[in-house]
Amino acid sequence: MISLEGVTYSYMPGINALDHIDLNIGAGELVAIVGENGAGKTTLVKHINGLLKPSEGRVTVCGLDSKAVTVASLARKVGLVFQNPDHQLFAETIEKELSFALVNFGLPPDEIKRRTEWAISEFELSQYAGRSPFMLSGGERKRLALASVLCYGPEVLILDEPTTGQDNRQKVRMASLLHKLNQQGKTVLVVTHDMEFVSDYIPRVVVMSHGRVIADGQSGDVLVRRDILERASLVPPQLAEISWELGLDPPSIRLDDVVARLAKLIGGAKA
Amino acid sequence: MVTRLAIIEVESLSYTYAESTQPSLIDINFKADSGEFIVISGPSGCGKTTFCRTINGLIPNSYGGKFSGRVVVDGLVTTERPVFELAQRVGLVFQNPENELFCTTVEREVAFGPENLALPREEIIMRVDEALDIVGISHLRDKSPDELSGGEQQKVAIAALLTMKPKVLVLDEPTANLDPMSAKSVLNVLVDLNSVGVTILLVEHRLEMVSHLADRCVIFDSGKIVLDGAPQNVLYSDTAANLGIGVPKAVLVAKALRQRPELERWMPLTPRDLLKLLRGDLR
Ligand SMILES: Nc1ncnc2c1ncn2[C@@H]1O[C@H](COP(=O)(O)OP(=O)(O)OP(=O)(O)O)[C@@H](O)[C@H]1O
Ligand SMILES: Nc1ncnc2c1ncn2[C@@H]1O[C@H](COP(=O)(O)OP(=O)(O)OP(=O)(O)O)[C@@H](O)[C@H]1O
Ligand SMILES: [Mg+2]
Ligand SMILES: [Mg+2]
Repeated sequence: MISLEGVTYSYMPGINALDHIDLNIGAGELVAIVGENGAGKTTLVKHINGLLKPSEGRVTVCGLDSKAVTVASLARKVGLVFQNPDHQLFAETIEKELSFALVNFGLPPDEIKRRTEWAISEFELSQYAGRSPFMLSGGERKRLALASVLCYGPEVLILDEPTTGQDNRQKVRMASLLHKLNQQGKTVLVVTHDMEFVSDYIPRVVVMSHGRVIADGQSGDVLVRRDILERASLVPPQLAEISWELGLDPPSIRLDDVVARLAKLIGGAKA
Repeated sequence: MVTRLAIIEVESLSYTYAESTQPSLIDINFKADSGEFIVISGPSGCGKTTFCRTINGLIPNSYGGKFSGRVVVDGLVTTERPVFELAQRVGLVFQNPENELFCTTVEREVAFGPENLALPREEIIMRVDEALDIVGISHLRDKSPDELSGGEQQKVAIAALLTMKPKVLVLDEPTANLDPMSAKSVLNVLVDLNSVGVTILLVEHRLEMVSHLADRCVIFDSGKIVLDGAPQNVLYSDTAANLGIGVPKAVLVAKALRQRPELERWMPLTPRDLLKLLRGDLR
């Protein structure tokens, strides 16, 4: 579905923000991209929706070479929700924000209405109907930005830091929505610093550092590798910490697993 | 027992935004002693940012709206003072710092505050160097803020605030775009500032990162304060569990392993505390 071959990109000559990236993501995968500030995560995902074109190498999305197509034609297939929602939101009201792309794509009015209403209820924004996006709280703006992209149903969905400003309940809702989209066959990429979100909900993780991919695998395996995490300025998920601290070997990132193994270790202690 | 001076006093504060019909804050009573480290949390849209804006006077001075009650910061009643005067006592880091950055270089951005205070040049240079160093962005000083990554911009905003040396620091999700190590180092900076007497109000959803650093946790819900107390008491409460705020995993593990009477004596917030609790049983 998405393939990067030897992708290199520099904003300024001599400094590679992406440095020979090779990465393959299959249709219907749910993948997290993590790494230190400035690692190149945002630069990478901008290549996948065609906003940036590689200086070297090749990006293929849904069978299309990103250099051969326009951003507009990719945009319908690849939805990117920006790190800062204020780069994306511009309409006078929440409803106009949500329907903008749908109108542009020429969808029939009743379909537009159906999708807009779905998004407002799915993201718990109904009490703000008719309001300007700029009069929402930080977390609400973030959800609106996500909703407006989801509305037009892209094949590939990329979320740059979707959990910032979200409380735990919203994170749980977001995770179940991502899983649902995933089951519908959508490919979902999540860029995030939230190690808890990754370890709790996302099966595969790609670790970037200094413009390179330094690890790629199952979250349960990658997120307990201290060397890798340290290189990318990450910290292990809390359950991995708890595993190490309490001597559980191998460490686990699953709550039920950690609790069951500890209960066994302390034997009769649990009344 | 040491009695400390209240540096922030909020009395019967209610507030409704000009464009809104529903109040965003409802009858808030709150006090912070000088030198306290307070973490503020609660569901999205519950009023945390609005509360922060009332502490440095942006509300109601710049926002208008319907304001009742009283906010007193370091002896100044916020409605009676201009925002720039309050800004020297209360520094506010916004949720989306990028929107606040407007200078051509990182250095100018960070120097902007002290330059406006008309401080001597050497003092400005010293503060700027120190602030850039503390947040680890000295190497970015000549870059333009819009050529930085999201996390780098957030660090610039924090550095800019540090140069003002305010008595009270209000930070609205300051680590939201930071990688975990940078987040830790910013939090360490806050702990250090706090240890020399700066009062800290920190809004954060990820309580696992911050609750063990705080003297107090205050939880908002629907515009009201619903919990206010020691982090342990707040995080082990049923109210917190029901609100669905991000309780640390160590709390969840402890709750799964222990019965209530035992928990009341020993409420771990971190993996290390959890080990202490279970050490006897583990060998
Ligand atoms: N418009 C730009 N002009 C010049 N350099 C840039 C620009 N945008 C980003 N960079 C640089 O490219 C590198 C990669 O930035 P990128 O935004 O991809 O990082 P990131 O991994 O998304 O970081 P963060 O977690 O902080 O958002 C950084 O060193 C950054 O300073
Ligand atoms: N400028 C504004 N005009 C009108 N209403 C607003 C404005 N800003 C926020 N609100 C509303 O006030 C309420 C509280 O918002 P606030 O930004 O304080 O929430 P918050 O707790 O900081 O949320 P988050 O965690 O999502 O940042 C919300 O219902 C929000 O929609
Ligand atoms: Mg980024
Ligand atoms: Mg907020």
